[in-house]
Amino acid sequence: MTVRTRALAWSGGLSVLLVAVVLASAGVGPVAIPPVTVTKAVLGDLLPSTGFAVPKTHRVIVVSVRLPRILLAALVGFALATAGVVMQGFFRNPMADPSIIGVSSGAAVGAVATIVLPFALPFGLELQGAAFASALVTAFAVYLLATRDGQTPTATLLLAGVAVQTFLGAVISFMLLHSGQSLRRVVYWLMGHLSGATWHEVAVAASLLPPLFVVLLVYTDDMNVLLLGESDAHSLGIEVERTKRILLAVSSVVTAAAVAVSGVIGFVGLVVPHAMRLVVGPDHRVLLPTSALAGASFLVATDTLARSGATEIPVGIVTAAIGAPFFLYLLRTREVHGL
Amino acid sequence: MTDANHTGDDAHPIVRVSGLGVELGGATILDDVNLSVDRGSFVGLIGPNGAGKTTLLRALNGALSPSRGTVDVAGERIHALSSKAASRLVATVPQDTTLTFDFDVRQAVRMGRTPHRSRFGGWREEDERAVERALDRTQTAGFADRSVGDLSGGERQRVLIARALAQETPVLLLDEPTASLDINHQVRTLELVRELVSSGKTAVAAIHDLNLAAHYCDELVLLSAGTVVATGPPEAVLTEETLEGAFGANAVVARHPVTGSVYVTALPERSTADGDSQGRVHVVGGGGTAARHLYLLSAAGYEVSVGALNEGDTDTETARSLGLDAVTVDPFSAVDDEAEAAVESRVADADCVVVADVEVGAGNLANLRAAANADHVVLVEERPFAARNYAGAAGERLYERLRERGVAVSPSDVLAAVSDRVGRRASGPRDSDPDDSDSRDSRPESLPSE
Repeated sequence: MTVRTRALAWSGGLSVLLVAVVLASAGVGPVAIPPVTVTKAVLGDLLPSTGFAVPKTHRVIVVSVRLPRILLAALVGFALATAGVVMQGFFRNPMADPSIIGVSSGAAVGAVATIVLPFALPFGLELQGAAFASALVTAFAVYLLATRDGQTPTATLLLAGVAVQTFLGAVISFMLLHSGQSLRRVVYWLMGHLSGATWHEVAVAASLLPPLFVVLLVYTDDMNVLLLGESDAHSLGIEVERTKRILLAVSSVVTAAAVAVSGVIGFVGLVVPHAMRLVVGPDHRVLLPTSALAGASFLVATDTLARSGATEIPVGIVTAAIGAPFFLYLLRTREVHGL
Repeated sequence: MTDANHTGDDAHPIVRVSGLGVELGGATILDDVNLSVDRGSFVGLIGPNGAGKTTLLRALNGALSPSRGTVDVAGERIHALSSKAASRLVATVPQDTTLTFDFDVRQAVRMGRTPHRSRFGGWREEDERAVERALDRTQTAGFADRSVGDLSGGERQRVLIARALAQETPVLLLDEPTASLDINHQVRTLELVRELVSSGKTAVAAIHDLNLAAHYCDELVLLSAGTVVATGPPEAVLTEETLEGAFGANAVVARHPVTGSVYVTALPERSTADGDSQGRVHVVGGGGTAARHLYLLSAAGYEVSVGALNEGDTDTETARSLGLDAVTVDPFSAVDDEAEAAVESRVADADCVVVADVEVGAGNLANLRAAANADHVVLVEERPFAARNYAGAAGERLYERLRERGVAVSPSDVLAAVSDRVGRRASGPRDSDPDDSDSRDSRPESLPSE
């Protein structure tokens, strides 16, 4: 079986799973709606000519209330898992996750500042725009800090990322101290959430992610070779520094987009790529699309759990609470090499 | 098998380095390196740790940009090329690879095709053929589906060579290809490189083992402190003077008796000058019976003399290569009075005399005669003396005298027996050692049990 067939087979299967999870999730909530009705409501909305008869309340609940949130969860999970695969391969470090170069902390500073500061940010930046912008500024700053003479050693990048994250953590804590009435909102944002998602956010994320993902797909061969180490990669014809810059830039934008709309949802970008690597192997041509799709399903499922209790809890808590034990299970049952 | 596009003019060297200087972090690693490598030759880079061997390889494959000078490969200035173009000219076999995540062997070798593939092009028939050829050539096809992480060091080395072969470059660089391998795989690896070279590749390898380098390479380049100290065929580069200069080592260069290659033996630091010698030992041997003892005693720090031996005897060669004091007579001639006197004076100076399991005849009986004057004698007995005595009753009488004065041991116990004798001599009066008779009594225990 060629790599292409393997990638397509896995991706096909995981896409079916994602659709199933989305439809099931859309039926879960204070008003339980059977999957068939959900499917009819969605199809009826997409293709009015089908003329499926669905009660209006059900259609509103599914299409206007639940679907935006579910689709945003899928997009965010997709983005975080994608960035996680790239970062782990890039750093050749199993502990790498999308926030490793400070993207999440940067986004958090921007978001918390808009909530806490008593004045509006310049340029008419809203919370999400501010989070997105400060995430990218942070990533770029870390990159500059770690670069000398056109070389960006990954170890330096990693350490610069840790230092900047720590510094931004201090800034966030300081702002928290002075957040007064808005403390609850800040904490809620920091924990990662998907409530209040709108079709507008879905549209922005859905138009941003696919082209970036295609760029990363084109670079999967290079990511494989980069796993050999930079000097090996160079001797195999990879323009190492240029490739690193591209991968870093694209995955930072992907992460920033996800964090800006959902807050800091931990663990998806760390665990999903590892889990998929244990299942499909290390080849990025298979690993990247499968991890992205699995990340989407995973976040939809966990967000469904997060909102199905009596009181909604931030999804970041659920991803960590479910992801960690599942990962440990995989770790113990599979033979793990050099992880 | 080399790429026809890059063969150029055979009269010109395929790799030409001129005035190369490399600085890393402000430190000069290579300084004014000039080098040319002929097409179809195997060149070994040798030199002490930190001499710049790896740095030179990294400059040759374009990974490091020189601060001065140029590197031309197949007529192209390697640093002006894109990484992709450079890696179609030069393939590098790294010392070891860091595969953090597991790929199988075939996937790893396929990565060697990276420089030949376009970003949007698929996997072509010729890529597959190159991979199969590389797997066959390196005998890795048998475990092509196993994970690289599960391989032994020797197998992994061959996979790395296969990956480099899949690049189909005219020039192959190898960084310490034998460093972490056992002796069998060292030889296998270098034999493989040798075969590749005879089928048209040009190989440049950093090799720390001088003797392997001398045996397998056409030419050696000796680097020291970032510059080329000597270059040429192994026998021209590996001389005692150049090694002393480059390695600061006390080494002896000889021809290897079996392979005929130049052979380097590093010696322990001479300790006589500062009075640290363990003691003096004279060895009677011949026909190779003493070689092992000479080496061990010398390595253990004794000041060793040997003789008398015939010129051309294996033991004489060994003594020479170890830099020992040897009393010699002409080939096939008997030990004359002059030589006997020389042996007697060495025996008198020695703290202990070792008589190897040597065959005794009229020609070398004088050696036993001289040894019989020694205070402490260690007799090495592998065969009973009767089986190697061709000197009749005179030989038996002398040997009996030696036995009375000494101890007979099996070959593996020589060092211990000598250190025992010498130790006693240092601590006790030399003429009245009360333990001598005891040692004689205990003799049978130290003989081979058969």
